Amino acid sequence: MDGSLIGSPVRRKEDQRFLTGRGNYTDDINRPGQAYAYIIRSPHGHAKIKKIDASAAAKTKGVIAVFTGDDMKVGSLPCGWQVKSTDGSPMKEPPHPPIAQGKVRHVGDQVCVVIAETYAIARDAAEKVKIDYQPLPAVVDMRRALESKSLVHDDVPKNLCYDWTIGDAKAVNDAFAKAHKVAKIELINNRLIANAMEPRAAIGDYDRSNGDYTLYTTSQNPHVIRLLMGAFVLQIPESKLRVVAPDVGGGFGSKIYHYAEEAIVTWAAGKLARPVKWTAERSESFMSDAHGRDHITHAKVAMDKDGRFLALMVDTMANMGAYLSTFAPCIPTYLHGTLLAGNYATPAIYTNVKAVFTNTVPVDAYRGAGRPECTYLLERLVDVAAREMKLDRAEIRRRNFIHADDFPYQTPVALKYDSGDYHTLMDKAIRLSGWDDFEKRRAEAKKRGKLRGIGISTYIEACGIAPSAVVGSLGARAGLYECANVRVHPTGSVTVFTGTHSHGQGHETTFAQLVAERLGLTVEQVDVVHGDTAKIPFGMGTYGSRSLAVGGVAIAKALDKIIAKGKKIAAHLLEASESDIEFRNGAFTVAGTDKKKMLGEVSLAAYVPHNYPIDKLEPGLEETAFFDPLNFSYPAGCHVCEVEIDPDTGVTKIVNFTAVDDFGRVLNPMIVDGQVHGGIAQGIGQALLETCVYDDNGQLVTGSLMDYCMPRADDLPSFKTGTHNVPARDNPLGVKGCGEVGAIGSPPAVIGAVIDALSPLGVTHMEMPATPLRVWQAINGTKHRKAAE
Amino acid sequence: MYSFDYARAKNAKDAAKLLAKKEAKVVAGGMTLLPTMKQRLAKPSLLVDLAASKDLKGIKKAAKALTIGAMTTHAEVAHSSVVKGACAALAALAEGIGDPQVRNRGTIGGSIANNDPAADYPAACLALGATIVTTQRKIPADKFFKGMFETALKRNELVTAIQFPMAEKAAYIKFPNPASRYAIVGVFVAKFKDEVRVAVTGAGPGVFRVPAWEEALAKKWSADAIAAGAVKAADMNSDIHATAEYRAHLCAVMAKRAVAAAK
Repeated sequence: MDGSLIGSPVRRKEDQRFLTGRGNYTDDINRPGQAYAYIIRSPHGHAKIKKIDASAAAKTKGVIAVFTGDDMKVGSLPCGWQVKSTDGSPMKEPPHPPIAQGKVRHVGDQVCVVIAETYAIARDAAEKVKIDYQPLPAVVDMRRALESKSLVHDDVPKNLCYDWTIGDAKAVNDAFAKAHKVAKIELINNRLIANAMEPRAAIGDYDRSNGDYTLYTTSQNPHVIRLLMGAFVLQIPESKLRVVAPDVGGGFGSKIYHYAEEAIVTWAAGKLARPVKWTAERSESFMSDAHGRDHITHAKVAMDKDGRFLALMVDTMANMGAYLSTFAPCIPTYLHGTLLAGNYATPAIYTNVKAVFTNTVPVDAYRGAGRPECTYLLERLVDVAAREMKLDRAEIRRRNFIHADDFPYQTPVALKYDSGDYHTLMDKAIRLSGWDDFEKRRAEAKKRGKLRGIGISTYIEACGIAPSAVVGSLGARAGLYECANVRVHPTGSVTVFTGTHSHGQGHETTFAQLVAERLGLTVEQVDVVHGDTAKIPFGMGTYGSRSLAVGGVAIAKALDKIIAKGKKIAAHLLEASESDIEFRNGAFTVAGTDKKKMLGEVSLAAYVPHNYPIDKLEPGLEETAFFDPLNFSYPAGCHVCEVEIDPDTGVTKIVNFTAVDDFGRVLNPMIVDGQVHGGIAQGIGQALLETCVYDDNGQLVTGSLMDYCMPRADDLPSFKTGTHNVPARDNPLGVKGCGEVGAIGSPPAVIGAVIDALSPLGVTHMEMPATPLRVWQAINGTKHRKAAE
Repeated sequence: MYSFDYARAKNAKDAAKLLAKKEAKVVAGGMTLLPTMKQRLAKPSLLVDLAASKDLKGIKKAAKALTIGAMTTHAEVAHSSVVKGACAALAALAEGIGDPQVRNRGTIGGSIANNDPAADYPAACLALGATIVTTQRKIPADKFFKGMFETALKRNELVTAIQFPMAEKAAYIKFPNPASRYAIVGVFVAKFKDEVRVAVTGAGPGVFRVPAWEEALAKKWSADAIAAGAVKAADMNSDIHATAEYRAHLCAVMAKRAVAAAK
């Protein structure tokens, strides 16, 4: 069996229940005596609340309580990361009350909660709550926010949260002064709405007998929610607060954060001594789930006469929305600015990020989080550089890549890449995609009246988040290790308790493979449990492609302890020296003999210790391990996209898409491929279809799926995927993250292809999403082609 | 959704009687009404469901016309060999509405009575010169559609069937909104022995005909006959998905493609 499970495309264990409708999601849970909450949300982008009259609603039959901001005076929803401005001052961190205190700051801000015997009664009664607003001018456009007379928060001048820099400004300026050529770009990274299939939901429960609270919630990280809500918002000690995140139907980052509704239902459950349930309607998700991306960037690269990069300068404005969401400040800084070396050996880099508040939904991590924004600007800039230098787009990349023998590689912006082989990745992608004979296909398409184009992008990302000491020095207010507990039951089956959380990633299978392989069991004999603070010792959850790279290693370390203890027990049973015991394929053997004890025999002895070294060893076979990595993991890859554009309509069709990635050691290639496919679909969504639009008053124009365009199967081609896996040096399992790369690598390849297709018409720039309207306008020159001009 | 009463009509006559109640509303497939009710934008006191009214269902072909009962679903129209034989363009149009769930619930009568300015069926009715049969009278399509969500239907008057004359050639080409898949522009062209009719949906405040193209196509049945400029940007809708200029342009492109595809 040795080696047979690792690298094997084992079918996902969890799919049986998901595909037969037996998943158990938060909204499927109902507690005895449960009441229902409806949250009244601000219809204004920015307004003072002059008066709330809830008397008629409160008197309605079936209404249990109506709470406003005056009733719920609790702690602010905390921010988990502090960024400091260049001048050393801490970021502006205005309060984020779960229910608005006198002022609303975005459409969807919580104003009042109506709790009733049924959801329908709560909704009907909510219409009787009279709220008198005084609308204020809304701050919507980031570019105007810094000069706006209107302030989202009265005590945050210029609406500026922080003004952060990293890198060596002098070295960069010197390099630009002596550059042979400079390539420049200005672009927008469009705001996205995650739209997980399952809308958020939360149930607060309170046990009057012992004062214990339980929160059931759609979260990617229940322990983090317990810490944030318990310690900062409601002052409930961990020992009195259990957080359960059962099956969760997709997160993509949007379910990392601690949301107001979680605090509201938990607090209300305590007040009313009844369970209180809230489930978002889809339209509420649009206006209350954290959004993603939303950067405006100017960037330029200095080159020598051969097109080698001498220096990179990047200025970015990042939209924080109306309040700081849990990890918002670190996305444009430590997950974006520190990635700016990309795959390139650029010796000098300097970047400035200004984070601004606007009257929009808070913005936070969304699949890729900072790294797609970084990759997009870099790869678009490199394409411009290739054009300036009249070099092939692959060739300019090849000339500037960090060489495979230069790892570990220290970038000028803090990160140290441990491993990689970017030349081989790109060569493979070029071969697989037919890059070299593309012009034949362009000519053939032209005969059919179509504009065909090809785009290439390479990416590096830092994931497997991350070393606690490193993130702590960068402003994280939490550690980012992971925890695992492995319990070998008396008869030899195994339960694994992991602090990571699976909401689509297939942990129940991948982790079972890891454990089954090490312990010589079948995948079916291993159960993986996640998502409950009462069951799992601790955990930081799932985001930043960290589950296997961090959580998987914690499991492996717990397994080491299990095997070490098992050897001691086996040595006693086999009357041999512990140092002579070997463990392989589920059997403890005495080296060089046929004497052996199976794992089940050893575990039975551990729990029925009749014949047991009780003077030296505790009974039981259960071990816990924490793992804090020494470095991030650095997957990399190359994506090639080929499009055909119908010049009559502006419709872009993706006709080929190739991705070659480096994931280090792969445990389940089918699940990895699925992650890649899903990520690419989201990247294509960003590049061609999705964008969040606000009007000048802060009204959300794309407030439903009728206007916000999510990618569908018929928008996507069949992907060609390949790998060139270089085991990670700084990860004990050799693994790298794979969850986000598709969304990181694909957008610049798609837009590069669109621009390439339109280049015979003189088009050199395209913003995302490249909708039919935008492409048609570019073809017809009805709009300024280049935002930078 | 507000609470409401529900009644199932046995037939069209029974439905008309039930609709006499104040604030009563008829529901066919409910593909527009139910989302509107969920958003609390409609508050009927009574929903009169036509699902059991067998007299409103069915597809019949006579010598000169194809008659489709108002409660016939899009899926039934799309898959009907009778429709495919009589007017393939109509079957193809039905196959392109919404998604499978919508096509299995939504009905032709509901669609035209709602007259969404981006719906597909109004273009077919107008271009094919259909007659809308109601519980009270017969209304020519030219007089039925009255602009955004308005029709010639009186209170408590129900569409019972639509009669489509046979065209020699016809086609419907739609440019769908990428998000909602409603028509940003949809053009239905129909060539008869003695006339050509062209109807456009999605582009303006309501479905409309384009006389300039009809005349040009009557003289010469060719995509080249479609001249840009006959549809003016000033008359077009504009939103985040398509400007008025883009819609006007798409009208001509879709019209040309429809002529080329017509059979």
